[in-house]
Amino acid sequence: MKKSIFLIPLLILALIFTGCSDDDDTTPEPVNEEELITTMTVTLSPVGGGSDIILKTVDMDGDGGNEPVITVNGVTGNEVSLTVGTSYEGSIELLNESEDPAEDITEEVQEEAEEHQFFYTASSSLDVTTSYEDEDGDGNPIGVDFTLEANEASSGDLTFTLRHEPNKSAAGVSNGDITNAGGETDITETFSVTIEP
Amino acid sequence: MCNYALAILLVCNYLAISQNCKYTLSGKVLDLHDSSVLSGATLVVAETESMTQTSLDGDYTILNLCENTTYSIKILHSSCETKTFYVKISEDTQRDFKLEHHLEELNEIILEGKAYENNTNTTLENNVSNETLERYSTGALGDALNSLSGVSSLNKGNGIVKPIVNGLHSSRIIMVNNGVRMQDQEWGAEHAPNIDINSVGRLTLIKSASALQYGGDAMGGVIIAEALKVPVKDSLYGKTMTSVASNGRGGILTSNLTKSYSSGWFGTAQGTVKRFGDFEAADYILSNTGLIEQNASLHLGLNKFNYGFEGYFSFFSNKIGILRASHLHGAADQVRAFESNTPLIINDFTYNIEAPRQNVKHQLARIKGFKTFENFGILSLQYDYQQNNRLEFDIRRGDDRDKAAMDLKLKTHTLLLDYENDFERQLDLKSGLMARYQNNFANPNTGVRRLIPDYDKYELGIYLLGNFTLDDRWLVEAGARFDYTHLDAYKFYRTSFWEDRNYDVLYPHIVIEDLGTQVLANPNLKFHNASATAGLKYTFKDNYQLFLNYALASRAPNPSELFSEGLHHSGARIELGDLSFNSEVGHKVSVTFQRDHDTFSFSINPYVNTISDFIIIEPTKVLETIRGNFQVWEYRQTNAQLLGVDIDVAYKFTDKLNFTHQLSIVKGYDRSKDLPLISMPPISTKNEISFEHPKFHNLKLALQSEYVFAQNEYPDNNFEVYVPETETTELLDISSTPSAYHLLNFNSSIDFEITKTSLLTVGLGITNILNTSYRNYLNLQRFYADDLGRNFLLNLKFKY
Repeated sequence: MKKSIFLIPLLILALIFTGCSDDDDTTPEPVNEEELITTMTVTLSPVGGGSDIILKTVDMDGDGGNEPVITVNGVTGNEVSLTVGTSYEGSIELLNESEDPAEDITEEVQEEAEEHQFFYTASSSLDVTTSYEDEDGDGNPIGVDFTLEANEASSGDLTFTLRHEPNKSAAGVSNGDITNAGGETDITETFSVTIEP
Repeated sequence: MCNYALAILLVCNYLAISQNCKYTLSGKVLDLHDSSVLSGATLVVAETESMTQTSLDGDYTILNLCENTTYSIKILHSSCETKTFYVKISEDTQRDFKLEHHLEELNEIILEGKAYENNTNTTLENNVSNETLERYSTGALGDALNSLSGVSSLNKGNGIVKPIVNGLHSSRIIMVNNGVRMQDQEWGAEHAPNIDINSVGRLTLIKSASALQYGGDAMGGVIIAEALKVPVKDSLYGKTMTSVASNGRGGILTSNLTKSYSSGWFGTAQGTVKRFGDFEAADYILSNTGLIEQNASLHLGLNKFNYGFEGYFSFFSNKIGILRASHLHGAADQVRAFESNTPLIINDFTYNIEAPRQNVKHQLARIKGFKTFENFGILSLQYDYQQNNRLEFDIRRGDDRDKAAMDLKLKTHTLLLDYENDFERQLDLKSGLMARYQNNFANPNTGVRRLIPDYDKYELGIYLLGNFTLDDRWLVEAGARFDYTHLDAYKFYRTSFWEDRNYDVLYPHIVIEDLGTQVLANPNLKFHNASATAGLKYTFKDNYQLFLNYALASRAPNPSELFSEGLHHSGARIELGDLSFNSEVGHKVSVTFQRDHDTFSFSINPYVNTISDFIIIEPTKVLETIRGNFQVWEYRQTNAQLLGVDIDVAYKFTDKLNFTHQLSIVKGYDRSKDLPLISMPPISTKNEISFEHPKFHNLKLALQSEYVFAQNEYPDNNFEVYVPETETTELLDISSTPSAYHLLNFNSSIDFEITKTSLLTVGLGITNILNTSYRNYLNLQRFYADDLGRNFLLNLKFKY
């Protein structure tokens, strides 16, 4: 009698274990990272002719993993040379190349223009002037299109940053000053620029 | 013989008449363990053959007692052992009586053991009384536990409160809700226990792993939440309570109703709704910190003396906003947030809860039956099922805007078979078997890589516990447990990480699919854990007691520690686990010396907890990503030691005026690296002066001071970040601890009898009276915002 009392729960135990181990036949599917930005391409076209300068950063496996690969005109490295007194028409393209075909994230940024803004931050030693060439529904800049003036011969860093949900009405933000922008950084890359005569 | 007795009775009566017999004996009948009042207890006075019952509040009054007579008063209560007390009357006397639970529950208390905290009129207890729970009705379970010495909490804002017991938290604490071990992704720092504080009637804390019937991996301790006991008699009673709070501009409404029959059948239904908007710090609004909670539970059963069964179902659902300003991308964003004294985002007050937020649903069902076999013992069988759905919403872009960034579904089935002897009073034995199956499903539709992978977990456990009462003074306890865990996971690893960790050489056989940038691995991990406890208790004369306990605990690494690999948004950091981890093993020795007395009580509880292969997470490097630089935190195993002492003192100046003091000290060290452990609670002390006037509507007033020292021992995990806009390299100080702070709290309550069986209690409380601005080291939001400012609380409770 007493022994059989113990047998019943053991039987139930056995049932649970055999019953539950059947349902894990399928392997999970990989996650499709829709929001991922793998690639940022900044194209600088000299006004009045000349070949485009292509600045590119690619991080195929997203946050963590391998570090991003930076190229300028297809050559690995972050050194860019510009010409004194030249004006460049700039445009930025963001892609998610982990998908096939690659997803154009620039479109998403433009659709949600009020919530996004690019900043072009030059170190004080670098003599460049940037200005926005596009605007959102409120008349504030987005920064997918811009103009860059290479002034006197100089060198320094130039950082391209995309902020999500910045405070566009804060002081200086619509003029491209990132200091009071707030928000979160969606993408950022720094290039080493030299302006040569 | 009979005539002789009659003669004595007559003489007594005669004496009684001739004496001054105008005195009154009054007071309360209380539960010995948690000081809750016992209503419906019967008091029989043998000498006068009179009988009376306690009111809803546990009050009793016996009239017409004679001078210089000793009365024997026998007290009976359905859920307690009958006990006789002797009282000598020489004037109007007030006295509270305390009753012990039935044997089966008593066993539990002894195991809980080290349960030195038996006295009800002190704060020495490890039990949180029902009254205290009600005071925290608008808060979280962790807030109520925080009122005990040795307990602090790890917070994320004010909605997510995880208890820390003697310096340890999360997977190192076992939470038991109505006999069911909670399985709710407890490893995450931002995952609070999914228990409605208003459904709890009794909350017990065991500061060691010695309660082996619940598990062998409670390095920190065990927290047990139970519903109030239902008496075996015909009755219908309930409680409705509402609390409103100024801070957060919200409140709660909770209600329960119990119907019981003398046949043993009973049923309890309970429900709570909670709603708050943005909370406020002393100087600003904490934007997006509102919360909504909806809970319900149903408890049905039959309780006979030698058999019974019960069913319990509970549903818990919440939506908690996470401080908007704490959501950041990368280290440069962190630099900006740290430099600012106020949160970077402060909006107007709102009840809306936007991203980042979490949404958790926890369902729990349990059925349990027990039967007593003569000359053998009590056998009980329990099956429980839990389902935990956790959704975390981040600030996202495009089509994913309203999609959860994390979507986990954790399902757990557990079967428990327990045996308890009841034939030998000197030796209490308890033993049991546990089998558990758990499945975690991480929904891939989130569009964000899984932080916790899909897995199946199988567990088997067996334990034996016993305590032996040598005599009135000595009690010896010992127990052992063995657990087997098998974890079968499916995890996508980034190829770069897989190779960097050398897993491609160590574990090539577990790869089942190679997808280019990632591989799908199928780790099958097995853990064998042994745990044990041994202890003794010595009772001195004069209310002194000494407890000595050793507990060996071992804990298998949790899925987060094993498999983390990626960006954890809520911490703006990349977290990396390690597949090769083995179980951590802890040895905790604790001593408690206690005096349990009406006017002056104290307890001193020093302890040492030495843990080998302790799993900690700490920053190791800064990683460059396309979104900027992120700090990388890696889990590693080390040898750790925690030392501490918890002190409780209670002093009764007069019948009405009480003073209590609490001091908790814990120090934690990484012995391998000779460094302090991160996130150790700073020293804290609480002092309370309270005034009680039971005859005037049971008026209670209490003023509490809470002083938290600065944590002066912490590891230096600071790192440098280059900020392009200022062209500087900034030090990101994530290590320094906030300064000490002092908070004053006030609490009061008063009772009004509405009818003979219903009672209205009105409570008024103020927390942080001085509106002090402070930051708490153990609040993950401390980098971005101050803690809560002043709060007025109004509480109305209607008992019927």
